[in-house]
Order: sequence, then structure tokens, then C-alpha cells
Amino acid sequence: MENRLPASADDVAARLGETGYLCDGSLATVTFLALRMERPLLLEGEPGTGKTALAEAIAETLGLPLVRLQCYEGIDATQALYDWDFPRQILHLRALEAAGGNTDVEEAEKSLYDERFLLARPVLAALQQSPAVLLVDEVDRADDEFEAFLLEVLSTYQVSIPELGTVAAATPPIVVLTSNRTRELHDALKRRCLYHWIEHPGLEREVQIVRSRAPEVSEELARQVVGVVQQLRDEGLQKPPGVAETLDWARALHHLGTTTLDLESAARTLGALVKYREDAQRVKQALDQLLRA
Amino acid sequence: MSAVRQPDEVLLGFARALRAAGVPVTQDRAQGYLAAVALVGLGDARATYDAGRATLCGSPDDLARYDQVHEAYFNARDGLPRTRPAEEGVPTLSGLPLSEGDGDGDGETDDPVVRAMASEVEVLRHRDVASLSAAEKSRLSTLFGTLHPRPPRRRTSRHQRWHRGTVDASRTLRASLRRMGEPADIEWRRRGNKPRRVVLLIDVSGSMSGYADALLRLAHRFTHGGGVVETFTVGTRLTQITRALHFRDPERALVMAGETVPDWSGGTRLGETLKIFMDRWGQRGMARGAVVVVFSDGWERGDPTLLAEQMARLQRIAHRVVWVNPHRGKSGYEPVQQGVVAALPFVDDFVAGHSLATYAELVEVVASA
Repeated sequence: MENRLPASADDVAARLGETGYLCDGSLATVTFLALRMERPLLLEGEPGTGKTALAEAIAETLGLPLVRLQCYEGIDATQALYDWDFPRQILHLRALEAAGGNTDVEEAEKSLYDERFLLARPVLAALQQSPAVLLVDEVDRADDEFEAFLLEVLSTYQVSIPELGTVAAATPPIVVLTSNRTRELHDALKRRCLYHWIEHPGLEREVQIVRSRAPEVSEELARQVVGVVQQLRDEGLQKPPGVAETLDWARALHHLGTTTLDLESAARTLGALVKYREDAQRVKQALDQLLRA
Repeated sequence: MSAVRQPDEVLLGFARALRAAGVPVTQDRAQGYLAAVALVGLGDARATYDAGRATLCGSPDDLARYDQVHEAYFNARDGLPRTRPAEEGVPTLSGLPLSEGDGDGDGETDDPVVRAMASEVEVLRHRDVASLSAAEKSRLSTLFGTLHPRPPRRRTSRHQRWHRGTVDASRTLRASLRRMGEPADIEWRRRGNKPRRVVLLIDVSGSMSGYADALLRLAHRFTHGGGVVETFTVGTRLTQITRALHFRDPERALVMAGETVPDWSGGTRLGETLKIFMDRWGQRGMARGAVVVVFSDGWERGDPTLLAEQMARLQRIAHRVVWVNPHRGKSGYEPVQQGVVAALPFVDDFVAGHSLATYAELVEVVASA
């Protein structure tokens, strides 16, 4: 089977590398620990540093299904856990009526709360499909109440449905939580998790990432693009470009047939890299200098 | 005597040291740390380090402390953890001898009994910023970390769903339609609220030069307090320094702001620069519905009627106009400067701004605006 657990941190790094996700030593160690200790992994970091991609890579490496729960303001348990399929329950009742049987009321009621009428939302789905990888994306966007609820699920890996009983995972799912740190998460939730702050990758690593994710881009172009992006991150932009932007930019340049980065092609494709007008102006001013360096 | 310590003991000792350094290490975290180290193996120093980071820390601040303590605990060459450099944050004790002679007579409480009881930090909080020595200024700059500006909030016209409030008829109906008309749960909603924009206009003319550093630090705190904050300096020209203040590190932000502003300690043409602000930014939307805070002593070289005109214009557009005057809190102050006289009718709040304590009050005024 593909989904045997990795034996060491190096094994994790190697196997993630096979899927095209290149990670440094500490991230590999933390991932290894999360897998072995069966603890959720809380990833924080700037947008575009590959938090979500890690969950996808883990799922791919282990050959497990990835269940994704995208958090947003106002998300509640019915959108994360389960809901009853009301129309189908009604249909079922009507069908019973139509059958005209002298069915026992209690019996009929009981048949309504059957597993087939249960709509499994991501968390429940992950528990049912276990083993699986559950990605709780951008937890910081959800409300405090939702966090408390997550806490309950993550500590026991089971969900109790009043009408049906308790659904517990045969093997606990591998849980990855990501946060952009727009607000501080509750300490109780953090305590359950292994914590890792993902930094922007270094020059060599980022070149490798570009080469592996966008193999069509030439080595030379990749190196130039990454060099410029790395310097831009220190420029104090409103939104410093992440790895995702680097990839976009490299691909954009490639599609224009650029083989070496020059001022004109850089200026034309800037929209792939910076997304604020003020940033674009600043980058344009700095580009001349950066390219000469 | 040189008993070999058990690994558990060493590791738990480290967790303890970390707790002493201010990282909230709980018992279960420490246990997680032991389990993680057991998994990666004690022999691997790098992996042990990573395991500790993952299990004992919970935020980027923790990570920085972790690195320091880790270095001191495991790599101490003298055999003992070295003292760490003081962290930026909330100093409670001050090693600073405050000289008795200067800075008094600002209308502050000089009662010897009170002074003996108040801690030195508390004294520093109430001292006039412009009268501080360089050492006191650097002490004070760390105290700015104790200010926690909150953005003022405004109600939005959009409703959000909520677990109580008024009935959200359309959502309730739609949910019931989805269930083929069967009534089900009632949905509720409430009015949403959003942070209101805050605009800071800082006078950097010669008469305000003693306060410029403190005001920029204050602006930096506002910028990182959440919500949208725009900062400009006014003097002989108008300069936007919002971007410079976006740097997290206050020192770096101040240097960047210093490089951006061309007219430090120049003259004051408040009316003209305010007009430029209104024409170029304010009218177009930046000041609309915003809380505008003007930091100035009101020494106006230009035409005061122009200033009055522009302040009136500003007040019509802005939600609230706050004027912060560093001389306001001093005894014997009368608002007689031309600029202040001209502007005062159009100001909602006229507050003092010469010491950290008054800045803390200002933070409250802005938050509740």
C-alpha cells in the first residue's frame, strides 16, 4: 500500500519532493511529528507560502483522499459537520403515506433519521472516510464559536449526532489547519496542534520550486525571476509577492517567449506579480536597479 | 557532584526556562515536547530543535523567544544561561535615574509623597515628551508598546447572519423553500460593523520638533492596531507616510518615514497643506466618514482664514475631527494661537498630547469616536 507512514523526517521530505512539494528540514520534521503523534498541524505564514499546498501534497503522498473545509466568516456547524437532507426526508414520509401502510408512527419517525438522509459535510466526511487528510483552510476567518467547536472535534475525532449516535473515525484523520493570522487563534486550539510558521523560501529553494512546478521555464529565467522577487520582499510592499506569484510571473514571462528577464518584458507582466497600483509603481521604479544588480 | 542528568530532566528544564521567558508552555505542551523528541531521537540536534518549536510555540513571537532561550540553554558556553537582551514590550522596572531638576513645572503633580509612591515608569508616562533626555526618550520609546489602539467601528448597511437579533425573513423563507415549504429553523441577522478609517495628520514644523518622534511612534502603533489608518505629515508640504509606517519594526518604520518627509522642522503653512490634503485625498474619499486626528500646536504662518475654511470643509466630510495639541495639557495654556483660534470651532474633540498618558487617552478617544 502507498499509505504507509513515513519512517523519518528525511523520508517525509523525500516523499513530498516526489509530488513536487519541496520543503525544508524543519517543515519535514514537523510534518513527520504530526503524522506520528496524530496531532493536527497548524500552519501559519504569509499568503502564498504553500500552506494549503502542503496538505494537498501530504494527501497525494499517502494516497489518501483530501477533504477540504474552507472557513469563512459566519461558518457554523451545519456547514462543517452534517445536515439532514430535509427534502428527501419529506419525500420519504410522503412515500410511506402513499404506500398506505399501517406503519407504526414511531417506526416511521425512526426511519427518517437514517444514515442515508445524512448530508456529510467536510468534517464528518473526513471521519467517515478515514483514513483521510482533513484540510481546515484559513481558520482565522471563522468566528470564535466555530473554533470552540473545532476544538471539540479535534480532541476526540468523533462527532455525536443526537438522532443517530456517535460517528468516530476508525483511524484519526490527518488534520492540517492553515491560518493567515488575520486574528490570533484561541490558545486552547493552538495547544492541541503542532505549530509551524512557514517562511518564504530561500533563493536556491525557490529556484528549485519554480523549476519543479513550472518545468517549461528555463533555468536562467527562473533564477532571474526568483532573484528579483526575493529582493522585492524586502522593499516594504503592501503585499509582498509569495511563491504563488513567483510561479505566475515566471509562467507569464515564459508565455511571452522571454528567455532572459529585461525591463520591458518585466514591466509588461508585472500584473502577475504585484496586485496593488502603489506596489506596481514602486516596483517599476525599483526594477531598473534590481535588474542591473 | 557531576551527576549525569536524565534527558527528561534536561528537556523539562528547558520547557521551564521557556515558560520563564514568557512563552505560555503548559503541561500538555511539555509532554508533547517529550513525545516529539522521543520520536525524532535525542541525537539529532536540529530535529530536536524543530520538535520543540512545533510543540512548545504557538505564535511568531513565541518562535523568537524560543530561539533565544534555546541558544542560551543548550549552547551556553559558560555553562549558565546568559542574560538575554531586554525584550521590547512592557518594562515594569526602570533602572533610569530621573533627575529632579528639569522637566518639572509642567503642571504635573509634584507632591513628594505621590512621587515616592509612583513607579518611575509611571512618572515617565506623565512627563512632557519634549523635555526628556536622550536616555529617557529611548526608555519611553519601548513604553509605546503598551499603547493598544483599536479602530473605531461603524455600522454597515449590509446585514450579517447572527444567532440572535432580528428575523432574517428572506433567508428563513429560502431555507423553507428548499425544504418544499415545510417550516424549519428561523434565521436571524444583525447589522454588520466595520472598522472606520482613521486619518492622522502630523505637524512636523519647527515648533513641533520635540514631539515629532513620539507622534510618529504613536502613528506607528495606530497603523498596526487594525483597521485602515492613513498617515500624513503636514508642514510646508503634505507627505504621505502610510507606507513607511507599515514596517513592523518601529525603528525601521521611523527611519523610512524620516527619509520620506522632506520638510522636517520647517515652517507651518497648515491652511495650505490642509487644502492640498482635502483636494487630493480627503474630498475624494479618504476623509469621508473617517476619524481625522490633527496633531499640531496651531502656530500658523499662513492665513488663518484659509485654515478655518479648510477645517470647516474637513469637518463636513469627516465623521469626527480630533485636534491634539501638545500644549493643551500644560497649566496656563490658553488657545490663543491664530491657528487654534481659527480651527477650534470646527473641532469635535480638543485633547492634550504631550505625554504617553495623554496619548493613551487619545487612543480611547479615537476608539470610541
